[in-house]
Amino acid sequence: MAGELLSVRGLRVSFASDAGSAQVLDGVAFSMKAGEIKGLVGESGCGKTTLARAILGILPRNSARIESGEIRFDGRDLLGLPEETLAREVRGREIAYIPQDPSTAFNPVFTIGTQIDDLMRFKSPLLRGGTDDRQGFFNRYPRERRAADRARVLELLRLVQLPNPEAVLRKYPHEVSGGQRQRLMIAMALLPEPKLVIADEPTTALDVTVQAQILKLLKQLARERGAAVLFTTHDLGAAYEICDRITVMYAGQEVEEAPVDGFFGRPSHPYTRKLLDSLPTSEAGIRGIPGEIPRLIDPPPGCRFHPRCDRASALCRAERPAPERIGPAHSVRCHHRIGAAEPAG
Amino acid sequence: MSAGDVILEVAGLRKYFPVRNVWKRRVGWLRALDDVSFSVRRGEILGIVGESGCGKSTLGKTLMGIHTATAGRVVFEGHDIARLKPHQSRRFREHLQYCYQDPGASLDPRWTIRGSLHEPLIVHTDLPRPEREARVREMLRAVGLPETHLDLYPHEISGGQQRRVGLARILTLKPSVVILDEPTSGLDVSVQATILQLLLSLQRQFGLTYLFISHDLSVVRLICDRVAVMYLGRIVEIGSTGAVFTTPRHPYTQSLLAAIPVIGGRRVTETFALEGEPPSPTNLPSGCRFRTRCPKAQPLCAQRDPPLRADWPDQQAACHLAD
Repeated sequence: MAGELLSVRGLRVSFASDAGSAQVLDGVAFSMKAGEIKGLVGESGCGKTTLARAILGILPRNSARIESGEIRFDGRDLLGLPEETLAREVRGREIAYIPQDPSTAFNPVFTIGTQIDDLMRFKSPLLRGGTDDRQGFFNRYPRERRAADRARVLELLRLVQLPNPEAVLRKYPHEVSGGQRQRLMIAMALLPEPKLVIADEPTTALDVTVQAQILKLLKQLARERGAAVLFTTHDLGAAYEICDRITVMYAGQEVEEAPVDGFFGRPSHPYTRKLLDSLPTSEAGIRGIPGEIPRLIDPPPGCRFHPRCDRASALCRAERPAPERIGPAHSVRCHHRIGAAEPAG
Repeated sequence: MSAGDVILEVAGLRKYFPVRNVWKRRVGWLRALDDVSFSVRRGEILGIVGESGCGKSTLGKTLMGIHTATAGRVVFEGHDIARLKPHQSRRFREHLQYCYQDPGASLDPRWTIRGSLHEPLIVHTDLPRPEREARVREMLRAVGLPETHLDLYPHEISGGQQRRVGLARILTLKPSVVILDEPTSGLDVSVQATILQLLLSLQRQFGLTYLFISHDLSVVRLICDRVAVMYLGRIVEIGSTGAVFTTPRHPYTQSLLAAIPVIGGRRVTETFALEGEPPSPTNLPSGCRFRTRCPKAQPLCAQRDPPLRADWPDQQAACHLAD
């Protein structure tokens, strides 16, 4: 498809554990357009972090195994690239990462300035296509580039609304607040001018007022700089705030993909509906989803949601439904989707 | 507020932590709780909300006696328990229980569920074993777990079930007040809903009074009868849930409510205005402590610290300018 930045097809990832192998991703299909903000929502354990990490190529090497599938990013097959190329050209350059907990992402014994310098030394956009692209042991950091990088850093720190950026660079990570650390993380993710930013639950550790500020900032900066954002979250409210499109995952399978209005206005997969119903609202009271998420070591066959689904039939146990297109950019994987003509018999 | 059947009354409660420099000399005070007063009626759910660092957990722990109060009174069922030494307050704590964020994490991994559930009864009561066993089984049923779980170890049951066991453990002593410290934070919405349903049904079944500490306003709105909003160690607004959520008087409450994403409504990222983060509690601003972020701040706010004004039915707010 034209304008497609990232496409994941039939991705199966399993993790080895003492109890057996856990099927954490089961044939996931997923795509993103350039410049869009896409939400990846689901409960904990549904595989959203695994998918994000598979795209970055940072799955734990000794336990995770990519069994099949392909990840195409900007015309290249990421799974086929050698590790060295990935590290030098893709990770941190083309695809940046904003971690969930900004307090553990910084090294506590170096100043923030040192850590940003290290980032720019290896991942600065000024390096792109340059002659000193290859990093060696004695590689120096040319003074001209260092000065130019420093100017960019200060400009971006100002854009993320950090008061007094020069002073912040001299501080240690523990000397700034959680909200400021997350602003620094956003700045660091955007500094290499990536095409895709993967933000893994960037606001879960923050308070509501700070969350609102950070979401606003992320949305605004990503739009200005034309970066696509993959935003994983279990907070549907946060997803509503900034996403263009949303993909819902359940137990390692993607079940529905929709533009944000269609997602909240016309949920078509029974799981999506139940997830929306379990949001606390004063009108509806409290409604949970009965049952528990399945164990991934021995997952239910077919559609993995069928044991908790009140529409489940024998067909659901037998095979996983194919994606069905029900509107512009809205597709759902369910044999008995909500809003379909009732099946005969 | 009518004095009828107040089960817990807090007056002028302060908890200061010393701030020390490298030579262990005290260089200042961190005012985690600064003149907090409120009362809780029997059978109600009082929500305590605020951002992290506002002192809501310190409040819960000071009420429990985990921290000793610097000043103030905590009257629980007619006894002032604020200044008691830990061993003196033990006999009151039987009826005042504290529930950590994840009650399941307080289970000993090397004890069976039965062992963990018996322990509080052994510590606090002298019931004979058969009676303890009956009480334990009753509580396990109340939290919706089968009795066969008694012989299992914590790692053999799921995280959600561990939480339920943790709750059962708190309830075996038949407390009258339970302080719930962020019982649903970090949970998925569907799991959160089942835990809330369980908490509400236990409250009805055993006539419990809850102090519900949370930063999640949508949950608080749903289950609390009254809400207290805290900012930097002080209650800035308190009142019935309906009044506080429909007509918030304090600018801080107004901004907190405006920051919650409402699905289907206007996007907060397009309208939200509150800038900055709370100042450090070791170095509070003069006058009203919210004035550094307040959109309505006036010169008066820097001079005088506003008291809680009971100018509205069912609602009090600490702001010079609220109307």
